[in-house]
Amino acid sequence: MPELSVIEAVRETMRSEMRRDSSIILMGEDVGHRGGVFLASDGFVDEFGEDRVIDTPLAESSICGVALGAAVNGMRPIAEIQFADFVWPAINQLVGEAARVRYGTNGVKTAPMTVRVPYGGGVRGGLYHSQSIEVLFAHTPGLSVVAPATPYDARGLLTTALRSNDPVIVLEHKRTYRLAKGEVPEEEYSIPIGRAEVKREGSDISLVTYGLMLHYSLQAAEMAVGQGIDVEVVDLRTLRPIDAKTIIESVSKTGKALIVQEDTPAISVSSEVAAIIGENCFFDLDGPITRLGPPEIPPMPFSPVQEAAFMPSPEKIFDAIVRLAAI
Amino acid sequence: MAYEIVLPHVGESVTEAVISKWLKSPGDSIEKYEPLVEVITDKVNMDVPAPESGVLGEILVNEGDTVAMGAVIARMETGDSVQANSDPKPISSRIGTLVQGANVGPTGGEFTDTSLATVPTSATEVAAPKSETGSRNYSPVVTRLAAKHGIDLSTVTGSGLGGRVTKKDVLAAVESGGHTELAPVSEEDQVIEPTPIRKMIAEHMVRSVSEIPHAWSAIEVDVTGLVQWRDKNRSEFEALNGVKLTYFPIMLHVVASSLRQNPKLNSSWQDGKIVSKGQINVGVAVASASGLVVPVVNQADKADLSGITRKFTDLVSKARNNKLDVTDVQDGTFTLNNTGALGSVWGGAIINHPQAAILTTEAIVKRPVVISGPTGDSIAVRSMMNMCLSFDHRIIDGVEASEFLQSVKNGIESITADSDLK
Amino acid sequence: MSTTSKQSNNLAPAISNERLVELYETMVLSRYLDQRVWLLNRQGKAAIAASAQGHEATQVACIEATDPSKDHYLIYYRQFTAMLALGTEPEELLRGFLARADDPMSAARQFPLHGAHPRVDLFNFSNVIATQLPQAAGVALADKLNKRDAVTVVFFGDGASSQGDTHEAMNFAAVHKLPVIFFCENNRYAISVPMEKQMGIESLSSRAAAYGFPGVQIDGTEVSAVHEAMAAAVERARNGEGPTLIEAMVERLLPHTTDDDHTRYRSSEDIEQMNDRDPVKIMSEKLIEHGLISKEQDEAIHASAQQRVNQATDAVEAEPYPEADLMYLHVTEGPGEVK
Repeated sequence: MPELSVIEAVRETMRSEMRRDSSIILMGEDVGHRGGVFLASDGFVDEFGEDRVIDTPLAESSICGVALGAAVNGMRPIAEIQFADFVWPAINQLVGEAARVRYGTNGVKTAPMTVRVPYGGGVRGGLYHSQSIEVLFAHTPGLSVVAPATPYDARGLLTTALRSNDPVIVLEHKRTYRLAKGEVPEEEYSIPIGRAEVKREGSDISLVTYGLMLHYSLQAAEMAVGQGIDVEVVDLRTLRPIDAKTIIESVSKTGKALIVQEDTPAISVSSEVAAIIGENCFFDLDGPITRLGPPEIPPMPFSPVQEAAFMPSPEKIFDAIVRLAAI
Repeated sequence: MAYEIVLPHVGESVTEAVISKWLKSPGDSIEKYEPLVEVITDKVNMDVPAPESGVLGEILVNEGDTVAMGAVIARMETGDSVQANSDPKPISSRIGTLVQGANVGPTGGEFTDTSLATVPTSATEVAAPKSETGSRNYSPVVTRLAAKHGIDLSTVTGSGLGGRVTKKDVLAAVESGGHTELAPVSEEDQVIEPTPIRKMIAEHMVRSVSEIPHAWSAIEVDVTGLVQWRDKNRSEFEALNGVKLTYFPIMLHVVASSLRQNPKLNSSWQDGKIVSKGQINVGVAVASASGLVVPVVNQADKADLSGITRKFTDLVSKARNNKLDVTDVQDGTFTLNNTGALGSVWGGAIINHPQAAILTTEAIVKRPVVISGPTGDSIAVRSMMNMCLSFDHRIIDGVEASEFLQSVKNGIESITADSDLK
Repeated sequence: MSTTSKQSNNLAPAISNERLVELYETMVLSRYLDQRVWLLNRQGKAAIAASAQGHEATQVACIEATDPSKDHYLIYYRQFTAMLALGTEPEELLRGFLARADDPMSAARQFPLHGAHPRVDLFNFSNVIATQLPQAAGVALADKLNKRDAVTVVFFGDGASSQGDTHEAMNFAAVHKLPVIFFCENNRYAISVPMEKQMGIESLSSRAAAYGFPGVQIDGTEVSAVHEAMAAAVERARNGEGPTLIEAMVERLLPHTTDDDHTRYRSSEDIEQMNDRDPVKIMSEKLIEHGLISKEQDEAIHASAQQRVNQATDAVEAEPYPEADLMYLHVTEGPGEVK
């Protein structure tokens, strides 16, 4: 089976889906003749033409607004926001408009659009090429939000997103684009939105995480074996709707929960996961629900020592595991 | 800028202090952190420092006054332009109220909505929290408080959902006294550590009483005929079966049959539902060397008298010799307790949770009773036995309890010297 | 290039006499329904209403130049008359204002005039201003890519023209020569902010040149002027020549909405003089003057409209509100999760 990186999985998925379904178009800055700044659509404009691979003006709000209009008129557009840090002008068209099309028209109009957003730090991206932006979307009824961390999950979830009849935000961590490699079957498959996955079974601690932090958490879990601590790693994969069932099953089994996140913790996805655990696993808890995240400063500084101090790392996660296991 | 100086909160359980000595006078300039006034609490004497730099103004409490923590004790002038709000509690006039009749339209303006005038609004139902009823779950605060005050949680009645012990229950147990780790034990007292079985029994009893609403009913049974039957058939039975013929298995046999006719007595309240048990497995309370045990005669309605007698005798023997295994004591659906063997004539037994009822057979006593005959009433000497029923009033009402007791009474009283019992 | 169209000598050369009278009847019906909705608000029954009084001629004339069987209409909250012109029944509009269960646009989840029309491709997703302009460009893009014969008309007010989305939409539409018509009903006030505080130019239509497509300013009280400009724009679009910006000058006879009080920012003289540009009055006079209807026929038209409105109001007021359980449906695809 071929081993692909995340960016390769994204590219292959878009390519095969665009071949399968002529209503899928890709629009965004530099997606056409440049092939995308991460080469996610390398070669696409040659294969699919300028009609289906559109180099847009530099205008995020209308990238999403135009995509929304096309979506309600029979297309399945993929809107690419070049960097998550630039999504803010488009928030209105996504959170205020796209999320509410089906609801506000009582099901008469639907918006089958996908928004792909490279995000995350640890790439020396400074304050404007490092942000995690999931919170606002994950809070919004009417939207689905996925954050695949592995090439296998990227293909499976992007496939589902492109076939969904409602707007889906697909968060692709920039650092996983080339660094995360894994097996990806050639045959078509999809992963349902809203399903977390236990990436590593364990009995002592449930470590719940997503994105780049999944990989760091798996590394930390291996380090923990040497301490006699058996960590179960739960990859959320979907941030809305969160798979409460898998989380509850895991924490009921282990009794200890560590939530690891790259986004700043206050009022975030980890807050929601902690609430789910608190509400549902109270009598199974053997220790306080614990969160590990970066400091509450604007993510994230450009200079290397500060960036490293900001980002969670396998070592920091390992420390948190050991501390929680000792309680 | 005017600034209020409050008496700060110190220590967990200290709520007030006595002003001992003012170290500064009105008009003095004061530095932040400089000691201002000495106060005495029941835990500690301390100096209250100045919260800001400035000039001390009016002193509001005198030496010797007892002052609540949080109260304003003096005023000062600071150099700051904005006074930090040092008020620990909100003043209600600053909270204000909602004014009736002031209406706001959707986008500003004034709009008095009349659309709900004729539409009844119902409160949205809040989903009841999920819990296992009757599960003996101790929350962290309950565990902590119990440990701190030396409370044995198995002795605390739970008032929470499904009989759960709540924080209030523990605090009440502390309140109702004697349960502190420093509780004085006089030299004449003996503190006994309960055995594990004793602890389990205690926990089981508390659980039953706290979860099941017990009600009671009793009946007198004329066992004269039964006594005569036994006297007549004793030796033949014992020769044939190799075990002694006692009254109890006969009672068990009758009870099992009555349970078949009155299935509510053979059920269990679980998770808000009544589970009517298919099998009739009668547990029998036996005093074993290590304590009370309740071995179970399975499918008691399906065995004949010799079968029941043999099973029963076997279980009692095992119990007395501590040879019961797990299968002997599980799956009971009803319990029969021969308190009469100890001479008791009346009892209110505790239901064996999670069953629906428990029945006692009290002592057989010869009594003068009134017999009504065709020629009127006369007094005869009869062997009388009381049977006392405790039942779960969630499942069983007085009517069903009485019907069951009547059925057992009839079953036993129908036995005469000539009966052919199997 | 920006032009101001001159009044023609004939009433409306491209529209037949009978049709013109029908358009007038729609305008009158709109006027009476509009007044009724305002009253319902004062009675506490309709929470919010934006009046189209002063916009009636523009809206009927614009719609008249399109083909409802294939064209797309992205409206905003003031398009009362346009809805009627597109075949919406008074009952259907009232269901929106009175938030009744059978509101066809949004099952009363939204403000009135928001949602999607049951019979023509008309929709309005939100009342955040100007978001519909990029969406309209997207709708037109899909038609162009699929070579469909349809134009997209997107309606907005002068206030919306200041939003970033307006700029982005026009820019994108120009680059791709999309079959979209940007139709601005300029009543010179964005709630209380007048034209001169909204833009440094005299006419919005002059902006079109900056994007590279034609813009025209017209008198929005004249059915003929509006129809002529719109027909030209529609032909451009259908021929693949790209977008047009039409700026129809109208008066907003009433405050912004039922929550507004325009005496706070407009003088009484200013409010008074608007009556000279009341399109219903103007049309009535013109039709009578040109002998298309008599005074008695005009009165009958008014009486009939009033009666129709009364009948519709009585019927809808007796209808129920949607049940609470229904609010869980249609968040996303699939059965709603009722809590």
